[in-house]
Amino acid sequence: MSVESLSIRALAAGYGGARILKGIDLEIAPGQITAIVGANACGKSTLLRAMSRLLTPESGEVLLDGTSVHATAPRALARRLGLLPQAPQAPEAITVLDLVSRGRHPHQGIFGGWSAQDEAAVAEALELTGTDALAEREVAALSGGQRQRVWIAMALAQQTEVLLLDEPTTYLDVNHQVEVLDLLTDLNRRRGTTIVMVLHELNLAARYADRLVAMRAGEIHAEGAPGEVLTETMLRAVFDLEARVMDDPVSGRPLMIPLGRHGLRANEREEARR
Amino acid sequence: MTGTRTQSRRAMLGIAALVLLTAMLSVGLGARGVALADILSALQGQVETIGQAAVAARIPRTLMALLAGAALGLAGAAMQGVTRNPLADPGLLGVNAGAALAIVIGIAWFNIDSAALYIGTAVLGAGGAGIIVYLIAALGAGGATPLKLALSGAAVTAALVSFTTAVVLPRADIGGLVQSWLVGGVGGATFSQITPVLPALVLGGVIVLASPRRLNLLALGEEAATGLGESVAVARAMSAGGAILLCGATTAACGPIGFVGLVVPHACRAILGGDYRRVLPASALTGAALLTGADVLGRLVARPSEIDVGIVTALIGGPVFIWIVRRGRVAAL
Repeated sequence: MSVESLSIRALAAGYGGARILKGIDLEIAPGQITAIVGANACGKSTLLRAMSRLLTPESGEVLLDGTSVHATAPRALARRLGLLPQAPQAPEAITVLDLVSRGRHPHQGIFGGWSAQDEAAVAEALELTGTDALAEREVAALSGGQRQRVWIAMALAQQTEVLLLDEPTTYLDVNHQVEVLDLLTDLNRRRGTTIVMVLHELNLAARYADRLVAMRAGEIHAEGAPGEVLTETMLRAVFDLEARVMDDPVSGRPLMIPLGRHGLRANEREEARR
Repeated sequence: MTGTRTQSRRAMLGIAALVLLTAMLSVGLGARGVALADILSALQGQVETIGQAAVAARIPRTLMALLAGAALGLAGAAMQGVTRNPLADPGLLGVNAGAALAIVIGIAWFNIDSAALYIGTAVLGAGGAGIIVYLIAALGAGGATPLKLALSGAAVTAALVSFTTAVVLPRADIGGLVQSWLVGGVGGATFSQITPVLPALVLGGVIVLASPRRLNLLALGEEAATGLGESVAVARAMSAGGAILLCGATTAACGPIGFVGLVVPHACRAILGGDYRRVLPASALTGAALLTGADVLGRLVARPSEIDVGIVTALIGGPVFIWIVRRGRVAAL
């Protein structure tokens, strides 16, 4: 699969006159995992929406291999750029197989003939996400973690080079958060899919992303490898949070521990006072 | 409870058989008992005895019931898909009431009298009411949620109905005619009443029946549908437009009939699953069977008098509506 470039140029966007993004310039690293982090209302979800057709920018552009995302025909774009919204709702009485099959929509003709290619793409998506055994089950009857894997399978069946995800781990237990992020990493490593996701959980973002983008008040505060971005200075500036950052003993990536006001050891209390 | 392909084919065949059965009952049964021999000769075009004449009058009535039921079932399925609202129904979202008010105003103030004008007026009224209900529901935080749509629909329907009454009351000259039409019924339907609504019904039906894949994507939510390359605004406008054509034409011909559009798609989803490629045709067939069956029932329970089908569907639909709400699936469709 070819690796496409995704560039954001002087992007300004918002809702009903309230400008949330104030001129964003960003190159998304092709074939890598990028996590966008920041405090609530910093514009990280807005950025993700403006990178797709969910939000039309006021000015600036988003270029996928040099052509504007917002000037591309919807279906043509959907064959190259996938999108998984936050906490998507499955309709009543839909099965896993049916939901995943709907991911093939942008590849089908007007009359919707189902091809061998469609069949293979759905089978592969089910297999990659480990949901093939659930194919005939109703989505509504699954656990939160299973459900999220099914939605990811739908996005995989779409077979896009770029996949945008808005907080794919929201409302999931920590074991399922890890499971979903492992799955996305598999996808990235095996298929070279460029992944851009908004993540709340900073330590997981640092652990799984190749690049971190930290946003503050509609602007990009820092961008780079997790080790460069997740620092005590950044946490203070972006989250207004006093924290320690150390090496994660498991991954070697940065690990953030907030100080807070309670539950500190004696020596930490000393330090915090100074 | 989604069936396999053979199961759903069997269900479709069952529904088709039900349509045939209700149609046969509708021709055969009525306020007046008619012997089988008379029914058969009436079907061949003889209208010599009273019994044969009664049966001959039941044929267009049956056709009207089948068409109106199919149109309302289809429109209900499309409206539930467009709004992602399990409570969407041409009656509950004010669409039928809007069509009715438009026609009553047309008759009372503008003396409209041609069938084409009735239908055009009804479609305009249906569309206008639908848009008003949607805009009111979309006010405030969270957009047009199912509950807000239902509330807005109920409020607008109440306003439209009382306005309709206000228009009709001072007009003794049209009162009787309009009142019986407002109840909603297919009694007294003739072929000359059916022909003018056919173009609108066919056009609306084709538009809605051509949109199952759009509705399947809309069912995933606006954002996921957009991500899959669907133009959400176009998809909604197409399907809603088709549904409004169907409702407007049906209301013009039969008066506002409620609850068919609500009950039928739910039953079809429960049997066939959530795929609109099956739900839409099944809703058309089930709607036809339900309305025709309800009409037959209305003829039988009050012999030798009749109860209009609009009252029968309300009696069936009310409890079903409560059951759907209590089942707690109002939030997600």
